[in-house]
Amino acid sequence: MGDKEVESKILKIENLNAYYFENHVLKDINLQIPENKITAIMGPSGCGKTTLIRCINRLHELSPGGKVTGKIFLRDENIYEMEPMIVRRKIGMVFQKPNPFPTMSIYHNVLSGYRLNGIKISKIEEERIVEETLKKVGLWNEVKDYLHKRGTFLSGGQQQRLCIARAIALSPEILLMDEPTSALDPVSASKIEELLLQLKESYTIIIVTHNLQQAARISDYTAFLLMGELIEFDKTEKIFTVPSDPRTENYLLGKFG
Amino acid sequence: MRDEIYKRLLKDKLFKTVVIFLSFISTVPLFFILFHLIKNGLSSLNIEFLFNLPKPIGEEGGGIANAIVGTFILILISSFLSIPLGISAGIFMAENRNSKLYKIINLLVEILQGVPSIVLGIVAYLWVVKPMKHFSALSGGIALAIMMLPVIIKSTEETINLIPESLKEASLALGVPYYKTILFVILPSGLSGILTGILIGISRIAGETAPLLFTAFGNPYMNLNIFKPVESLPHLIYNYAKSPFSEWHQKAWAASFVLILMVFTLNILSKWVIRKWKVRF
Amino acid sequence: MIEEKLNKLKEKIIEMALLVESMIEKSIKGLIERDKNLLTEILEKDENKVNEMELEIDDMVMKFIALYHPEAEYLRTSLMIFKINNDLERMGDEAVNISQSALFLIERPPVKPLIDIPRMAEIAIQMVKDSITSFMDRNPELAKEVCERDDIVDGLRDQINRELITYMMQNPATIERAQHLIRIARSLERVADLSTNLCEDVIFIVKGKVIKHGKDKL
Repeated sequence: MGDKEVESKILKIENLNAYYFENHVLKDINLQIPENKITAIMGPSGCGKTTLIRCINRLHELSPGGKVTGKIFLRDENIYEMEPMIVRRKIGMVFQKPNPFPTMSIYHNVLSGYRLNGIKISKIEEERIVEETLKKVGLWNEVKDYLHKRGTFLSGGQQQRLCIARAIALSPEILLMDEPTSALDPVSASKIEELLLQLKESYTIIIVTHNLQQAARISDYTAFLLMGELIEFDKTEKIFTVPSDPRTENYLLGKFG
Repeated sequence: MRDEIYKRLLKDKLFKTVVIFLSFISTVPLFFILFHLIKNGLSSLNIEFLFNLPKPIGEEGGGIANAIVGTFILILISSFLSIPLGISAGIFMAENRNSKLYKIINLLVEILQGVPSIVLGIVAYLWVVKPMKHFSALSGGIALAIMMLPVIIKSTEETINLIPESLKEASLALGVPYYKTILFVILPSGLSGILTGILIGISRIAGETAPLLFTAFGNPYMNLNIFKPVESLPHLIYNYAKSPFSEWHQKAWAASFVLILMVFTLNILSKWVIRKWKVRF
Repeated sequence: MIEEKLNKLKEKIIEMALLVESMIEKSIKGLIERDKNLLTEILEKDENKVNEMELEIDDMVMKFIALYHPEAEYLRTSLMIFKINNDLERMGDEAVNISQSALFLIERPPVKPLIDIPRMAEIAIQMVKDSITSFMDRNPELAKEVCERDDIVDGLRDQINRELITYMMQNPATIERAQHLIRIARSLERVADLSTNLCEDVIFIVKGKVIKHGKDKL
């Protein structure tokens, strides 16, 4: 039928358990994320999907009551043995509500990962990064004459693209996206989806979404989470046509949401 | 049926009229004050008044320069002391709403807000004046700082609470350490709110007399040394007003006018600050 | 994105259609020219390929619908491709049947000169070609016209049957061979029928109208 693709796994999650105060939010997750693909994480509300990606960029431990055990290997290094701030520069995140920094211009927003971290780069390098990333997210032509204005005049979809630019300016390996289009209108949402399909050539994308159609449309692999457990992980085309677990099937049929 | 409607319309009109009337009445004292200030004080207001030192009674002329400068010095000292402390405490409160320490500090701040200003003056007297063995601008500044503190803490806390959590997370997700996130992302975003809080605090203390009675004490001469007593506008107004001399009464009116002008300017300034620097999320 | 995927589906079904078309042509050619190699090729290679492709296309259509939730014409197209897939596979089966009968016949002397069967085959094969063209070009007029040729094919089959029955009655030794010829004619008639099915599907895709079972006028 198809040729067996040997895909390299960029992220290996081993026996991950996460807690929120006394609640056991993620139970023994074992998952391997393939490189340069879009992996969707889906499941009903409260299943732990947002917690999972916040463990991947070590944001969960910053929440009050947040605790994590287990290992996550980015290529060969356990991120829980690395400096958290280094981890977060290699694994970027885009949030549900577009949140460009309101006191900074578009130009500085894109570079904020460098400036706020005190990473010194030359002016020429700065301008190159700004132009390149804004071109990658398809914003360059719309904002190139307004680079030094604050980003708040942009529409929701444009702001979200700015946030994506801000994240990829640091050249991360992995992009985590927490329902990146749920606050946007359908037209902007589909533009962002197209953008993600382009970006996966350069980055590995993990997207949390409660929009089944979106997961079906753009992802290569899908993980289904239920009450903190990983129920099934497989190629998207398989999960949506012949899922292995009846719980996955019920979820797709809308029997619980 | 039509009667019903008429009755209702009439009640509406009546209610509206009463509300407008009462609102108008509440502004009357303000107009009254302004009217008297202008009527009585404007005549004495001139450049000399603003730039000269007071003269002893009997002599012509004299001004309130030392009081104006003194008020500024006191504002400076109390700001210098209360702003860093207040903003830091405000940030802590906003970021640690669940900790036990928060509840304690919150309670203390609320109690502090209710302490009469004269008591704060006495406290400053015991803490600073007695050990130093004389009155000083510093002790006055300390008393005023304690008064400003709750205002700044509360307004900083509220401003930061209004900043969406996602902004903080966006910065942290870029690998930015926590302290830099607060300093370079959160604080700048809350700048207008925090500045407003500071300006409100200053407006509050600019007109305070009671805490200065046993601390800054007053000084007929110009003094720039914070370890020595200093004159302030409200204190001068108090002294001149209770004196038996009508020239001094005149001067008191004029000084009051200057003080009101100062507070008014601060008010306009704060509105301008809000408009210019307000950040919309 | 969805259009790209649908185009891939369309390409695949056309590939299958061309394969089936060539199978039918080869089977008749093998019969007329008495070419054993051609006929065994159909049985040993082409049949497997067609079956494999049928499964592949079924899977592709299912995944397309599941992942992309097509609407309107895209939905009609994908569903019809599902059905056309099935029709093509059955045409492939008929080509196999023809080849099997042909293999029997070429080992033996002919009953009569082959005139009507090649003529019937020509029309049936042209119907297959034109129905595929009408799908590629989204041409409902061509599709309708193809459907009308079915009557001619039916007429030819009746004629062949009558002729062969006469032969069988006159000379019982020809019965076995004649029956194979009748089978071949029946297969060709089925191929024509399946082509009209295909055309009805095309009309549904393009116009959203069902003209099956004589339901509606175009």
